[in-house]
This record gives sequence, structure tokens and C-alpha cells, in this order.
Amino acid sequence: MAPRMKGLPLARIFAAIVVLTVVMSFIMLIPNWDGEQASTAAPKIDELLDVMIVLSSFVFSIVMVMLTYALWRWRAKPGDEGDGEPIHGNTRLEIAWTTIPTVIVLFAAAYSWTVLDKIETEDADRMPITAIGQQYEWHFDYPDQGVTSEELHVVTDQQIEVSMRALDVLHSFWVPEWRIKRDAVPGAPGASIDDDFVVTPDKAGAFSLICTELCGIGHATMRAPVVVESQAEFNKWVRTQDPLPKDSAAAASEVAPQ
Amino acid sequence: MRAALTQPGWWRALFFTVIAGAFGFGLVIGLRAISGLDLFQTEQTGYPHIVVPAITAPLGFLVGIGCFDYWFRWASGAPTQPEDHSWHGATSWKDYFQVNTDHKVIGIQYIVTTFFFFFVGGLIAMMMRAELAQPGTQIVDPATFNGLFSTHAALMIFVFVIPVFAGIANYVLPLMIGAPDMAFPRLNALSFWMLPVAGVLFLCSYIVPGGAFDAGWTGYAPLSTGAPLGQSFFNLGVQFAGASSVATALNFLVTIITMRAPGMNFWRMPLLVWANLSTSLLVVAATPFIAGVQFMVLFDRLLHTNFFQAAYGGDVISYQHIFWFYSHPAVYIMMLPGFGIVSEVISTHSRKPIFGYRLMALALLGIVVLSYSVWAHHMFVAGMFSWLRVPMMITTLLIAVPTGIKIFSWLGTLFYGKIHLKSTSMLFALGFIVTFTIGGISGVMLGMIPLDIHVSDTYFIVAHIHFVLFGGSVFTIFAGIYHWFPKITGRMYDEKLGRIHFYLTLAGMLGTFVPMHWIGMEGMPRRVADYAAEFGGWNLEISIASFILGAAQLVFLYNMIVSWRFGPKAPSNPWRAKTIEWQVSSPPPIFNFDEIPRVVGGPYEYGVPGARHVIMPGESSELREPERSGVGAPT
Repeated sequence: MAPRMKGLPLARIFAAIVVLTVVMSFIMLIPNWDGEQASTAAPKIDELLDVMIVLSSFVFSIVMVMLTYALWRWRAKPGDEGDGEPIHGNTRLEIAWTTIPTVIVLFAAAYSWTVLDKIETEDADRMPITAIGQQYEWHFDYPDQGVTSEELHVVTDQQIEVSMRALDVLHSFWVPEWRIKRDAVPGAPGASIDDDFVVTPDKAGAFSLICTELCGIGHATMRAPVVVESQAEFNKWVRTQDPLPKDSAAAASEVAPQ
Repeated sequence: MRAALTQPGWWRALFFTVIAGAFGFGLVIGLRAISGLDLFQTEQTGYPHIVVPAITAPLGFLVGIGCFDYWFRWASGAPTQPEDHSWHGATSWKDYFQVNTDHKVIGIQYIVTTFFFFFVGGLIAMMMRAELAQPGTQIVDPATFNGLFSTHAALMIFVFVIPVFAGIANYVLPLMIGAPDMAFPRLNALSFWMLPVAGVLFLCSYIVPGGAFDAGWTGYAPLSTGAPLGQSFFNLGVQFAGASSVATALNFLVTIITMRAPGMNFWRMPLLVWANLSTSLLVVAATPFIAGVQFMVLFDRLLHTNFFQAAYGGDVISYQHIFWFYSHPAVYIMMLPGFGIVSEVISTHSRKPIFGYRLMALALLGIVVLSYSVWAHHMFVAGMFSWLRVPMMITTLLIAVPTGIKIFSWLGTLFYGKIHLKSTSMLFALGFIVTFTIGGISGVMLGMIPLDIHVSDTYFIVAHIHFVLFGGSVFTIFAGIYHWFPKITGRMYDEKLGRIHFYLTLAGMLGTFVPMHWIGMEGMPRRVADYAAEFGGWNLEISIASFILGAAQLVFLYNMIVSWRFGPKAPSNPWRAKTIEWQVSSPPPIFNFDEIPRVVGGPYEYGVPGARHVIMPGESSELREPERSGVGAPT
């Protein structure tokens, strides 16, 4: 049975959906949801979020407008015990709301993939750092500089490649301003896991590294200071740090994968 | 006294629990003594003299209460008690505290037990929100806090959401398909009795040395393999809850496939039946994975098998793969039955056939298939092989399509209907459409790897899971409870209190879980007792809203208890629905039907002139029996 779509003020419904989408998107695009941007990845991820806010507003508006309209238009009158119209479906409509969302999510997947590729592009001159988590503290080995520290110091606009190590249980490396996160997994480096990532901090300043994988009673306070500074300041800082011991986890990372 | 210990019941259960526990304890001590070991091994991952009794005592309880009597007699060749329907059906409240093979009794046992754990889990959540109302630690220390969120989630997932759906379906589904009972009534009883065992094991972890399990409900290794004794109770509780789920799912599968009334072909099954068929397919294939992985953790703890000990060649990340291979399908196990409930409620209260019934059923099966191929989206930042991420992102986003089909079809069902909002079940069903859409949208965002990298393991995740598990599952559970309350109890509930419950729950839910998205994106990690002072304002607001949400459930509790006892008598079909359970008395007779009804059409033939879903026995078969059926006939 064909639904009588003609009886519907389709133009007005569509207009309501568009207006609601625009208003919701407009309001939701004002706040800076993810906070300060301090890496080259941050604006790309935030842009993806903005696109998703608009798309989500559209989907949510369709649902809300349809729901509100149906409740307003077809609310049963008091005492009306009759039935609605025996409409069992509409094949064309059903095909539409299967294919259109498929196209939308495939677009979202493709777009995400390109963003992922961009934020994971490796520079040739990236600086290696090994981040080592243990209950409930972090330390950082700098194999090129031959030092180790409990603070993470990096150079503005210099890409770093962070290798994650854990000495006891899982931990996770998150600097919200960089939008980057990766777990530290106990085990042989590179054996069966993908344990390094790159990020390019592009804003000088002091940040906080937060452990985001439950690791025990000290999890909430397992943090480390992060300093992004100029090359000169970084070089000065390196000279004040302890030398890297021979048997450190960074040395272990030289072991070939099994 | 002797009779009390030989007859199934609570005295024998108590006796057997003690005997079996003592046996387990003696076995461990005895074996250690003859091996020349210290009698008591009290490393925090050890305590075999407590863990082994924690396995044997529950088994003793299940035997003692009477779950195995018939089978034991039969297996040993002893005369079985003639069809033991002395334990079938309930005539007094005491019958609900015994092993009973009536699916209606078991359904009520399930629902009441699981709601008990819902309230316990809710109280635990209130304690967490009290602690989180301000930065710093005021009420509980971090160790206790870790135990609170772990037990909250374990209780809510394993002994509330998953089994309460099994309880509702237990009551309704055999009636709906015109069956006198479930296919395996004794297995059904055993499934139920394993549930309180699981919940009690979870709660017992609070009283053992080291406190409640505190590695999260996900119990990631190696935190869980090195955790105090309570973790072993989690491992064991999951076994009982899992075994209960699998047995029930098998029962549903056989019941649905073989016991439908004559004439009820697959395309005449109500969508609740379709939903439970789909859910059961997920449960039987996925649940063994979580059972297996929790055994692996238990063996690592007690037997040093080193499955997940990197230092001994174990593979840490494999825990997460096996765990999520169950636990992602599990989110659909916790959602598909709710989809079924919402379909029944919306169709009934808008007096319209379900829009696109066949596509609705196929969408359920689509979700079943897809849900096995998305688990690694929980692991985008876990350090697994990076090539696995993009394929899993694509399947994850695609699963939004069948889910979207369901949302649009419910909305399509409302169009041109006659929508009645007087029933609380309809309010929860419509509220569900809104809250679940939000949860679905944040789910799509989480499926996108770059966004997931930023918000993984933050409060954004907490917000998302509560939008799908509270705004999704719990809303549909309430819709189902209100919808079938008259059928189950034979009484009407108070609609005014129901509306108060709905609006307070909706407001409390939005106030609690919406701001969690914001603080998560801004930088607040999950599973922390303490947080940066900048998040103090929103956390206080969240805590206040959560107390409103908690208080609203007391209105529900009051309404249910008082209405069950004093509510006005319910007619057999107060919502004028078409499906079979509404064509029998409220509550239904002990064997459901004197004679099996005949199904002659689709389940939602509202407004179709002359169409019928079922012809009940005793109705004149001279009545027109239309061969046409709206659903199933070409449209």
C-alpha cells in the first residue's frame, strides 16, 4: 500500500529540518570542545569533529522533527479508540533510508582515513623518545641525546616519535592538547604490537601528560609534566639531565623483534 | 529435620552449600598438606583455599536448592518423580523462592532478582557520584573507588541488563508464540538460579582480603592477573552469569524455532521474538569467549599459566581481543531485545502496523552478523597491529545503517497512526528514540579513528556507554516492564506515578550524561577518583543530576510494589494489542493455553479490515480466516 506522502507538508518538514540543523550546528560549533590546540594533529582532528557536528546535527534534526511532527499531527483525540492507517511500509522509502546513511557513513570513514593518514605521516628528521610507564610514574629516555628524565621536553615544530614501554601493567599516554593517545603495553618491543606513534607539537608551553588506562590505585594522579620549548632551551635542558643508563628500556628497544 | 535435608529447598541448599564449601576447602588443604606445602597460600592472587570453595559452594547450592534432582534421578536410573509439576506455577509468594519450571514464575524471578541488583548497582553509582562531586578525595579512597566502578559495571551488565531482558522474554515470549512453556523448563530454572549466584559472588568480593575487584569491568590483564583476591570472584561470577546466558539462549533458540503455534511462520513472528532470536544467536556464539578469557585470567592468577604475562612469553593484548570479541556483541545482546520491546510498544500505542516489518527483522540479523566484525574499535589506541584499525572502522560505521533503519521505521510507524501517550511504556519508548539516537551518534564519532584517539578512555566514553546502556537498554527495559506489568501481575500500575518516573528519569539522565561528553573532550579521563579542579563545576552538576536520577527510581519501586499489591485488576488486553499474550487472561493460566491457538496473520494488523493475528481456542472457527496477511502479502 502506498503511503499518502502527498498529504504531508514535505517542504515545511524539510525546512524545519534545515533550520534545526543550522541552529544546532551554529550553537555547537561555537565552543572549543577539545580545548587548546598544541600539535599539528589537533586542528585536523578538531576539523573532523566540526564536520561530524554538522552531520550529526542533521541526523538528529531529522529524528526530532519527524518525532515532533508525528506527535503533534497524529496524537489520538480523547476517546478515539480507532486504529491508524494500515500502512505496512514503502519499499522506496526503505531503500532510501538504507542507502543514504550507508553513503554518509562511508564518507565519514573515508574522511577519517585521510585525517588518520595525515596525522600519522612521519617526518624524516623526527626525534625518537621512549616513554616508559610504571605504577605510578613516567620517565622518558632520549636515545639520541643519551639522557633520561621524568619530564617530557620537546622542541616546538619538531616531530617526535614516541615508543611506548610499560614495566608492569598497561598505561596510556595522553596529552589532550596534542589529541594523541597510545597505550603502553608490557612485553617485548615490537614483538606483536604497534607501540610507537608520531606527533608534532607546534605550540610552546607547559602541558600535562595524563595516564588514561586504569593502572591501579595511583592511576588518577599518574601524570608527568610536558614542556614544549625552543631548540636552544631544549639543548640547555638536556645538559642538566641524567645520562641514559646502559640497561634502560631504550636500550632494550634496540633488540630485534622476536 | 531429615526431610528438610533430603527435599529440595532452602534448608538442603544451605546444608549442601556448607558441605560443598567445606569439601573444596578440605581438598585444597589436604592436597597442600600431602604435597608438603604451607597449608594456606596467601599471595594476593592466590588463596586457593577460598577460591576453590567459591566454585564448589555455589554448585552445592544449585544441587541443594533442587536444580538437578530430576536429572540426577533420571541419569542414575532411579524412578523420576512423575512429571514434577508440583513445582510448576505459583500459588503463593513462597513458590517464587523455589526451583520452579513455569516460565512465568521464572520470568518474575528473573525480573525481581535483576532489579535487586539494579538498585544495588545504582547505590554504588550514587557513592561514586558523591565522591566525584568535588575534586580531591573526600568520601572514599582511590582503592575503594576503583572497586566501586568495577562492581557497579559488573552488576549492571552481567546481572541486570543482560538477564532482565532474558526475564522479560521468559515471561512474554512463550505466550507470544503460543507455546505452553519454554522448550527446556528445567534448564530454564537452572539458568535463573545461576544468576543470584553470580551476583552474590560479585558482592562477596567486598568482604574478602584486598577488597572488591578493582580492575574495571573490562578486567584488562595484567592489572587483573596481579590484582587482589576479589578479582577471582569477578572471574567466577562471570562464569555463572555466562553459563546462565548461554543456557537461556539455547532455550530461546529451540523454543522459537520449534514451538511456534501452527500458522506462525517466521514472517508472522512479533519483532520481540525476532529480537530474541537474534540476541540468542549472539549469546551462544560470543559468550564462551568471555568465559574462556576469564578462566585464562583465573589460571594466570592461581596456576601461573602465563597467558598474559609478557615476561614469560605471554601476550598482553590478546586479552583485549578475546574480551572484546565477546563484549562488543554483548552491547547488542544488551540492545536487541530492547529493540523488540520498543517495536511492540510503539506499534500498539500508535495503533499501526510496524513500518517495514521485514526490513526491521533483517536489520536485526544484519546487526548480528556485523557485530562480530567490529570488536577492535575498542582498541584503536591499544597498540594492536595498526592495519586492523581501518577495516574495523568501516564495519563499525556500517553498523549504524541497520540501527538507523530501525529508528526510521519506528518513526514511520508513528506517521498516520493514532498515537496514545497515556501509557508510561510509550513515553519510555519515545524517550528511547531520542536518547538512543544521541548514543548512536556519539558511537559513530567514536568509530572514527582520529576522534577516538582523542576521546578514548575519557568521560566521553562514559557518556556514550550510558547513553546506549541507560538511554538505550534501561529505557527499553522500563518500557517493557510497564507494558507487560498488567499481564504479569494482573494489576494496573499508576500512570501518574509512571509519568513522574519517566520525566524525572529523562531529566536526570540528560543532566547526568550530557555534560560528561564535554568534560571528556576537554581532558577528564575515566576511572579516576580525583580530577583537575577545572572540571569541578560540571562534576558537581553531574552529581546533583545523578541523585535526581537515583531518586526517580524510588518512585518506580514504590509504584511497582504498591500496584502489584493494591492496583486495580487488569483486563486481559488493556492496550488492545494483537499479539497472543494479550488474548489470554491477566495473569495467564498455569499452562498458558487449554488448546494451542492458531496463527492466521501478521502480528501488527492494526486498521486492516478483517485481518486477525490469531484465532484462540474456543473462538468460533466459523470466523473469517483470511488467507491474506498484510505482512507477508505483497505491499
